[in-house]
Amino acid sequence: MSTLTLSCPTPAIARDHVSLGHGSGGKLSAELMRDLFLPVFRNPTLERMDDQAVLQFGKSRVAFTTDSFVVKPLFFPGGDIGSLAVHGTVNDLAMGGAKPLFLSVAFIIEEGFPMYALQRIVDSLGRAAAACGVQIVTGDTKVVDKGSGDGVFINTTGLGVVAEGVSLSASGARPGDAVILSGCIGDHGIAILAEREGLEFESPVESDSAPLHGLVADMLAATRAIRCMRDPTRGGVSSSLNEIAAQSGVGILIEEQALPIRDEVRGACEMLGLDPLYVANEGKLLAIVDPAVADRLVEAMRKNPLGREARRIGTVTESDAGWVRMRTPLGTTRIVDMLAGDQLPRIC
Amino acid sequence: MRYIDEYRDPKIAQALVDQIHARVTKPWVLMEICGGQTHTLMRYGIDELIPSQVELVHGPGCPVCVTPIEVVDKAVEIASRPDVIFVSYGDMLRVPGTKSDLFRVKANGGDVRIAYSPMEAVKIAQKNPARQVVFFGIGFETTAPANAMAVYKARSLGLTNFSELVSHVLVPPAIRLLLNSPENRVQGFIAPGHVCTVMGFWEYKALVDEFHVPIVVGGFEPVDLLEAILMLVAQLEEGRAEVENQYARSVSYQGNEPAQRVVEQVFEVADRKWRGIGTIPMSGLRLRPEFAAYDAEKIFGVGEMEAAEPPECISAQVLQGLKKPVDCPAFATRCTPENPLGAPMVSAEGACAAYYQYRRHATSLVCIA
Repeated sequence: MSTLTLSCPTPAIARDHVSLGHGSGGKLSAELMRDLFLPVFRNPTLERMDDQAVLQFGKSRVAFTTDSFVVKPLFFPGGDIGSLAVHGTVNDLAMGGAKPLFLSVAFIIEEGFPMYALQRIVDSLGRAAAACGVQIVTGDTKVVDKGSGDGVFINTTGLGVVAEGVSLSASGARPGDAVILSGCIGDHGIAILAEREGLEFESPVESDSAPLHGLVADMLAATRAIRCMRDPTRGGVSSSLNEIAAQSGVGILIEEQALPIRDEVRGACEMLGLDPLYVANEGKLLAIVDPAVADRLVEAMRKNPLGREARRIGTVTESDAGWVRMRTPLGTTRIVDMLAGDQLPRIC
Repeated sequence: MRYIDEYRDPKIAQALVDQIHARVTKPWVLMEICGGQTHTLMRYGIDELIPSQVELVHGPGCPVCVTPIEVVDKAVEIASRPDVIFVSYGDMLRVPGTKSDLFRVKANGGDVRIAYSPMEAVKIAQKNPARQVVFFGIGFETTAPANAMAVYKARSLGLTNFSELVSHVLVPPAIRLLLNSPENRVQGFIAPGHVCTVMGFWEYKALVDEFHVPIVVGGFEPVDLLEAILMLVAQLEEGRAEVENQYARSVSYQGNEPAQRVVEQVFEVADRKWRGIGTIPMSGLRLRPEFAAYDAEKIFGVGEMEAAEPPECISAQVLQGLKKPVDCPAFATRCTPENPLGAPMVSAEGACAAYYQYRRHATSLVCIA
């Protein structure tokens, strides 16, 4: 993390309360990890700061990850908290190149929650798991007092196996590598926001929530020259690229004109003053790959429905280590920073 | 996307850049009034494309930035009360008051909600008759009609649990203050397109005549701003000083007259303090006496609160275009979006935040070299 001295001379500030920004996937989340969790839990596996831990058991390598889901609303266009709880964890495993096998599911349910809604969530979760070929092999249920929760929170933990010869890590990016994005960005965040705020568009935006392990398998079948993969969930593409730049000690330059963004999502972002680079995705991946295989990989990805709009969006650079920059349509470049907390809708 | 893509077209932008280069023969200092325009200039690096003789300085048009610190303190005080639902535009939540901000109030259990429109706050008041619902009515002429409409609507619904904490400011008196300042360097203004969508641009004629300064109403996309810069440069090079309208797709001379009428009915012009700048005579709006029942300052007795700015923050000079954010010794060190000393580092429209977000890279590399 030597690059941090470039950008962050501010000492860690003692904060007296946890704020929502600590869960936003931006700088405050990173600060919590760096200043609170890592010093206490420190070990070489955790220090890799990947979306999953990859553990060696005899000759096998097992990927292990966990994720909690607190989405509001529970049901949204393109999915619900049940399917999301499967896809999120499956994708964290897939980003390590693992084949997902088993999930645990833990429910924290607020007293008074309608049983039919719980049934709907459980059915959706079961269907999503079956579609991913993963089994739910253990779980837990807790009920909290009315007012102590927000309907339903779900935690899933996942196990998968990593094939021999596959090694993906956010610290693997090298200068000259190509940055590849699997499709349009911002769909999930805007779908959730639109549902939550009652915003209406001419054509509704659906969440892109989807399991990516199939796409990853196709990619690994096409080439093993993939250095790292990330699914840009909360915090968006910007946070994932900033993490890779910091952990690999490289710069990343992306092209604004190469970014695929649906018109509806762009329109919503324009209206609300949001930047799609910071909006969450739940069915997209970023891959850093050897430039020699980039075209072949994009071609392979496009054969999979979840990678149909895959394209190269940028390049890893030796210069500007630790920074993500973007070339604008006017030919100038600007930095793409990690946000402190959540994006705030602007006043006018 | 229509009305967006053509105003970000690289070919059109380049043609305008070429024309600006061809027109400029001497140095000029221009100010864009609105923080949204500052944001576009930084995001697209427009200041790097135009001739170095044309200096862009950033104006006071960030509504979050100019809301006085004691008004934030009043908001914190009101929002901390258990009987209150406090509703605000999102980017006010992180603005630091003297001791706290609205995010911290929320973290400590206060019912603070983000809304996209004050009418949402009226709906919340209808749904929660046992609670006081207070909307943070701040901004320039752009947000004034909606904030006025909310009060008007609350009265017509007979609501007794809705009020607004009002701190509205107006653009023309701020331009006048800048022009009257002995330190002023600004030779031409890009007027704020959204404000003028509401107000028209008839108000600017008096300023142009009195100070012989060109004013061009500008939009918010790169092509808009380049065109506005070209129009200002052309006027300055020709020795003209006129009001011109670059943003004609949205702005008319008279503006939105029904919107102006509702503002006139609910608000009256009054002296107003601007954060970092001080009191500017007749530069703001307050609720008319007949709407006193909707004035949160009166209802909650916070009218007399006073507060002082953090001494290190140079936002006063930044908001008047006298200094650039990077001239501040605290920039990107003791003052960051996570831990802002002043409001211009908080709002997406603040000049300091725009430099931090898009330019910190360049400045920090310079520092290291």
